[in-house]
Amino acid sequence: MLFHIFVRCQLQPFPPAPATLEEAMAYNLKINGTAHSVDVDDDTPLLWVIRDVLGMTGTKFGCGAALCGACTVHIDGVATRSCVTTVDSIGDSAITTIEAIGETPQGAALQKAWLDLEVVQCGYCQSGQLMSAAALLTETPKPTDEDINSAMSGNVCRCGTYQRIRAAIKQAAEA
Amino acid sequence: MDTLNPNEPTTSGNNTSRRTFLKGGGLLLGFALIGGTTGSVFAASAAQVTEEEVKAPFAPNGFIRIDPEGTVTLVMPMVEMGQGTYTSLAMLLAEELEVDLDQVQVQHAPPNDALYANSILHIQSTGLSSSVRAFWTPLRQAGAVGRTLLIDAAAKEWGVEPATCKAAHGVVTDASGSKHLSYGELAEAASKLPVPAADSVKLKDPKDFTLIGKPAKRLDAPMKVDGRAVYGIDTKLPGMKIAAIAISPAFGGKVKAVDEKAALAVKGVHQVVKIDEAVAVVADHLGAAKKGLEAAAIEWDDGPHATVNSADIIKELGEKSKQPGAVARNEGDAEKALGTAAQRIDAIYQVPFLAHATMEPMNCTVHMQKDSCDIWVGTQVPTLTQMVIASVTGFPKEAIRIHNHLLGGGFGRRLEPDGTVLAVKIAKQVDGPVKVVWSREEDIQHDMYRPYYYDRLSAGLDADGKPVAWTHRIAGSSIFARYIPQAFVNGLDPDAVEGAAEPPYALPNIHVDYVQVEPPGVPTAFWRGVGPTHNIFVVESFIDELAHAAKQDPVAYRKALLANNPRALAVLTLAAEKAGWGASMPAGQGRGVSVAFIFGSYVAQVADVEVGADGAVKVNRIVCGLDCGMSVNPDTIEAQIEGGSIFGLTAVLHGAITIKDGRVEQSNFDNYLPMRIDEVPVIETHLVKSPEAPGGIGEVPTSIVSAAVTNAIFAATGKRIRTLPVDPEMLKSST
Repeated sequence: MLFHIFVRCQLQPFPPAPATLEEAMAYNLKINGTAHSVDVDDDTPLLWVIRDVLGMTGTKFGCGAALCGACTVHIDGVATRSCVTTVDSIGDSAITTIEAIGETPQGAALQKAWLDLEVVQCGYCQSGQLMSAAALLTETPKPTDEDINSAMSGNVCRCGTYQRIRAAIKQAAEA
Repeated sequence: MDTLNPNEPTTSGNNTSRRTFLKGGGLLLGFALIGGTTGSVFAASAAQVTEEEVKAPFAPNGFIRIDPEGTVTLVMPMVEMGQGTYTSLAMLLAEELEVDLDQVQVQHAPPNDALYANSILHIQSTGLSSSVRAFWTPLRQAGAVGRTLLIDAAAKEWGVEPATCKAAHGVVTDASGSKHLSYGELAEAASKLPVPAADSVKLKDPKDFTLIGKPAKRLDAPMKVDGRAVYGIDTKLPGMKIAAIAISPAFGGKVKAVDEKAALAVKGVHQVVKIDEAVAVVADHLGAAKKGLEAAAIEWDDGPHATVNSADIIKELGEKSKQPGAVARNEGDAEKALGTAAQRIDAIYQVPFLAHATMEPMNCTVHMQKDSCDIWVGTQVPTLTQMVIASVTGFPKEAIRIHNHLLGGGFGRRLEPDGTVLAVKIAKQVDGPVKVVWSREEDIQHDMYRPYYYDRLSAGLDADGKPVAWTHRIAGSSIFARYIPQAFVNGLDPDAVEGAAEPPYALPNIHVDYVQVEPPGVPTAFWRGVGPTHNIFVVESFIDELAHAAKQDPVAYRKALLANNPRALAVLTLAAEKAGWGASMPAGQGRGVSVAFIFGSYVAQVADVEVGADGAVKVNRIVCGLDCGMSVNPDTIEAQIEGGSIFGLTAVLHGAITIKDGRVEQSNFDNYLPMRIDEVPVIETHLVKSPEAPGGIGEVPTSIVSAAVTNAIFAATGKRIRTLPVDPEMLKSST
């Protein structure tokens, strides 16, 4: 599977972890254009900061191991699995979540196509699907089937909406 | 409260009503429906699904709520888990109520069997592909009751005969067409009229349907593409803590030792909770809770099932299936006919344990209070959950408030209240609300599994290849014996034999029986497609074996046996024709078929597969012929055929849960493989137009797809798949 090429999976924190709790500091995160200060351990996955600390629940937990893509967000436009991306690895990069992806032309076109073609079923994986698709269209505005396979095969949908996801990406690419 | 998120839960006793939200949120949208003359106002919400219980003066039954501001709320007795039921059931109500779908919001029903029991399952349970079948008549009647009352209220206001008035798009109009009153304007007056009996109101002639049968947009779709949809796992409450959980890896094991100090040293961790079979670490966020759980370095006492393994389970099934079981069907004398048949065929089929692996891992939020308990969860069985928790807590069931949610997948997993029970046991030790979230590993290793089934079949053919005898013995765990014991009579599990006891074919001399064999310690439960997912694979594979033994074409062979089953014959003919059955295939490719009558629907599928020299199977195309009676939302039916087929394909090609040392060997999506976008075939659905009452759909494709694929593999390779999942090793070219 090729999806890992498109996805940044950071299992290890970049800077050395603070030696004691006293040294721990708040992290400043830029999410959907808004600055948030969070006081968590440096190895805390971004997913839990977004969902539990900041209460933005559009980004979903699926596997905790970068195997299903439900937690996909953009970090500086790159589709990233937030469940394995530690908070200390982000620095001042811009984070975008499903709540704001509609503000990008690719995100808006994809959301419209998703609705036009009635892609969703249970819907739980669709935040991640849309985030992966938006990164794909930003990088590759007219994706081939192979491009779609590469960018999207890291996103699992147990309802099996894949056929419509493919069609919706193609429709959005034509928009 | 985020005004864009009406589903955001509030603490108990502090529910923000829908009306308050609409006023406060400023989301009232004005509709001037008839040339701007009515001034009527409809409140269409930005989010059409709400979990808040809506109070409104006009509430003639459990399903309809209309307030004076024109908010039309339809209460959904069944839960939305992707199958589109919130749209289909809303269509049934709206059709007769005479409102448009964009004028309504839907609400999760509270637990209440008296109001919301499913007439097929006799409980408020979303399962068995029964939602539309069970509510086809009750919801249309409920809508018609509402419409009748609103028309009566308008007629009374105008001093005319109700029969001279008409309702459409949420507005009642008089005979002249000059007077209009909106449903909102009529709500108060209509609420004071006596409610007619549901079976006394006249239902529309199907030819007058304006909604039913026409593709409708899903009401839950907009909120699922921008992160607004709220699942159980998204529950947010003031003061809520979040817990990670570790359950004994071995089934039936117990906690031996926990390093509480180490867990509590993790930043953000508040508490370590021990119950017999599990440890929970309670923290500010799941990141801290998981880290704390790891630090807790739990030691386990593996308990009585520590040596259980798959090989022994299968061996026991093989042995016990040699003995006769509880008889599901016996016609003619199958043994005698086998003895005198011109040709005899015997086979053993096996299907594995399967996990549900819903995308939303198991989770439940509980707020234990002195004499009551609030529960936020996504469940297929709200009343059953309420009853079970009443027994766990000792509270009366009225004191157990279940707040249901959209389900991030159900597939039968959320027919079980085990996750809620565990969360309640933990919450008993926690001050304030706590959300318990399972890791994916816990979710897969502590699922309740589709049973491993072991089937023995024999058939006798006459000189022309026609079957003259058929015996089928099914051995495996009984879910009914645990879940619905009153329906487990004389050792017969009706689910275990569903799809096997009544094949659609003319089969003289048939004997089908069932042997209950429980795998020690391994919990079993319903899985999408229930009995038929296993049995249709077996029956349709074996029929294919008979066609081959008779040297006949698999479609022609089936058609000859379906002469007296016109609807089954029609779907088979349709699928075969659309798939191009009979055309030659390139080397390494094959085409297979299966047909069944399941969940009240007739279905046939043709699969095209390609088998590589390395044994890898690629499914290229699935063509489905379907007669599910009258369609409610045709687009949802197609979506279910697509998704349900993929759910079945995942199982056929990849799905197996295996047991070693009393524990499940698989743990996440790297060793319990889901089908991904680069593997999926093109799936086509062709509907037979039918005037019959609707059949079920959600589980139909999952049940039918396996045999179509394995029969296609046989056509491509000459190798018969009798054990799932498909083993590519077995299909490697011998060259």
